Amino acid sequence: MADPMKIRAQMKGDTAEIRVLMSHPMETGQRKDNAGNTVPAHYIQSITVDVGGKRVIQGQTATSVSRNPVFGFRVKGAKAGDKVVIHWEDNKGDKRTDEATIAA
Amino acid sequence: MKQRLGMLLAAAALTTSFAVHAQQSAKKAPPAAKAAAPANKSEVSKEFEKFREVLEEDNPAELYEAKGEDIWKNKKGPNGTSMAQCDLGLGAGVVKGAYVHMPRYFADVGQVMDAERRVVHCMIKYLGYSEADIRKQPFSNVNKTPDHVSVITYVAAQSRNMKIAAPQKHPKEIEAYNIGKEIFAYRAGPYDFSCASCHGEDGKRIRTQDLPNLRKPDEAIRAYQGWPGYRMTGGFMLTQQWRMNDCFRQQRFPEPSYLSDSITALLAYMTVTANGQTYKGPGIKR
Amino acid sequence: MNRKIIAGLAATLACSAVLADEIRNYRAEAVAMMKRDFKAKGIATTDRLHEDGVQAICNRSGDNPPKDIAARLEKDQLESVKYPADGKLMGDWKAGEKLAQSGRGMTWSDKAGVPGGGNCYNCHQISPTEMSFGTIGPSLYQFGKTRGNTPDMQKYVYGKIWNAKAYNLCSQMPRFGHVNALNEKQIKDLVALLLDPQSPVNSK
Repeated sequence: MADPMKIRAQMKGDTAEIRVLMSHPMETGQRKDNAGNTVPAHYIQSITVDVGGKRVIQGQTATSVSRNPVFGFRVKGAKAGDKVVIHWEDNKGDKRTDEATIAA
Repeated sequence: MKQRLGMLLAAAALTTSFAVHAQQSAKKAPPAAKAAAPANKSEVSKEFEKFREVLEEDNPAELYEAKGEDIWKNKKGPNGTSMAQCDLGLGAGVVKGAYVHMPRYFADVGQVMDAERRVVHCMIKYLGYSEADIRKQPFSNVNKTPDHVSVITYVAAQSRNMKIAAPQKHPKEIEAYNIGKEIFAYRAGPYDFSCASCHGEDGKRIRTQDLPNLRKPDEAIRAYQGWPGYRMTGGFMLTQQWRMNDCFRQQRFPEPSYLSDSITALLAYMTVTANGQTYKGPGIKR
Repeated sequence: MNRKIIAGLAATLACSAVLADEIRNYRAEAVAMMKRDFKAKGIATTDRLHEDGVQAICNRSGDNPPKDIAARLEKDQLESVKYPADGKLMGDWKAGEKLAQSGRGMTWSDKAGVPGGGNCYNCHQISPTEMSFGTIGPSLYQFGKTRGNTPDMQKYVYGKIWNAKAYNLCSQMPRFGHVNALNEKQIKDLVALLLDPQSPVNSK
């Protein structure tokens, strides 16, 4: 079971600044463990972000993203109190959804 | 309706691309900064400090802090006990400020313990963790950050921006300080090194790495800042006990047992020396 | 004889008895504790915790030994230096540069039987092309240019790398030859790095 994300969302003028930290190994499939065996690829492959009930980001990611990645984005037109819902799924079918409220 | 939503992903791309490089070079030593000339007081280190400050805002250490908090608050031992019963020196269950008040004497065990040792002690006693398992993998690696490392990260974070105040009242606390001071200065092994060989003088470096003079209060705090730390090269949390362990490796000594009296004593010496300085909480390391 | 002296003597004795009780030998306690807590790992065995004579005098004097003792021990150390049988002290500076770069050797993560590195750049500035150098030791840039490479100078540099304590008893520099961290050929290559006129160390 995946560990929770850390989401920060705050208004800066008329723009919401949203940052999210995700807990994920993001294995590239190229790394070898101490015994010399290749560690199978294990990575987040899709991310969605909904703000105030609207889908604002729908994206695909791959193995070039780091372990425990940080994503940041700015959303125009959102307002304080809007709910931010972030969801990811990885190539092994594991998934995680977390939410936060945009602070003033 | 006017509410059109736009987005900018540039920030995301920037933040992640660095960390990718960091992960891929996990097995190699940190690259030497050949381009910048560290002619005067280490320009390279200053640049790296700036970079680190930017990253502190979204330090993945927070993920481990959150996990540790969950274990501390919600996990139960086999007999229904929990970390609420764990006394880190400021009363049962009190976490706030505890990290900067250790190492200290604990009457229940009749000995001085540093923060990591005390946390592990409690996790064994109240949550039923197996000491053998913890000793099998005391430190994080690219495959696993053990639970106790997350709990220590949580405990350390609850002392963020507080002043180091390791007590020197109990005779055993004074003894730990004095023994630690001797361990710090003890030269032995094939290279004739002591801790002081690298950390006993002002303004020295190994390669481009600045070395704090740990005998001085304003520099001894640097042995605390950034620990526990998220290591970008590899992506896992490392604690102060790991830092001590790896110093002894480079000192060409045999390996100190995890959570041993020697390390507690050494930490007591270094912590007391740093007393009065402000601890900034878990950090990020290259 | 008067009583005052006797009383004074008694007081002194009583006083020293109290002190003896309170002054603890923390160094001895520290060493005993480390011998209990440290375990052998790989090539790093526990006998490394024992001080040899040089370490002992440096540990007891805070790296500031009495002059006469230092002179005697330095002489012993110098006599233990083994110079090459063929009399040639300078090797290949290019191999020396590679060796100077390597920080490997003698840790518990190093393998037995694999030659270690010189660890030189950890502490010294050497070739001008390498900007990532430490400052625990003095800069060695232009070492041969300013000192020449006479047989005496070669002998000094070889001896210094073989056993730095022969010249400065409590130097922070390891005794590379003395403890078999570097072999004869490796030390020759490092001598060349510092003294060969072709070495970048001595370039303008």
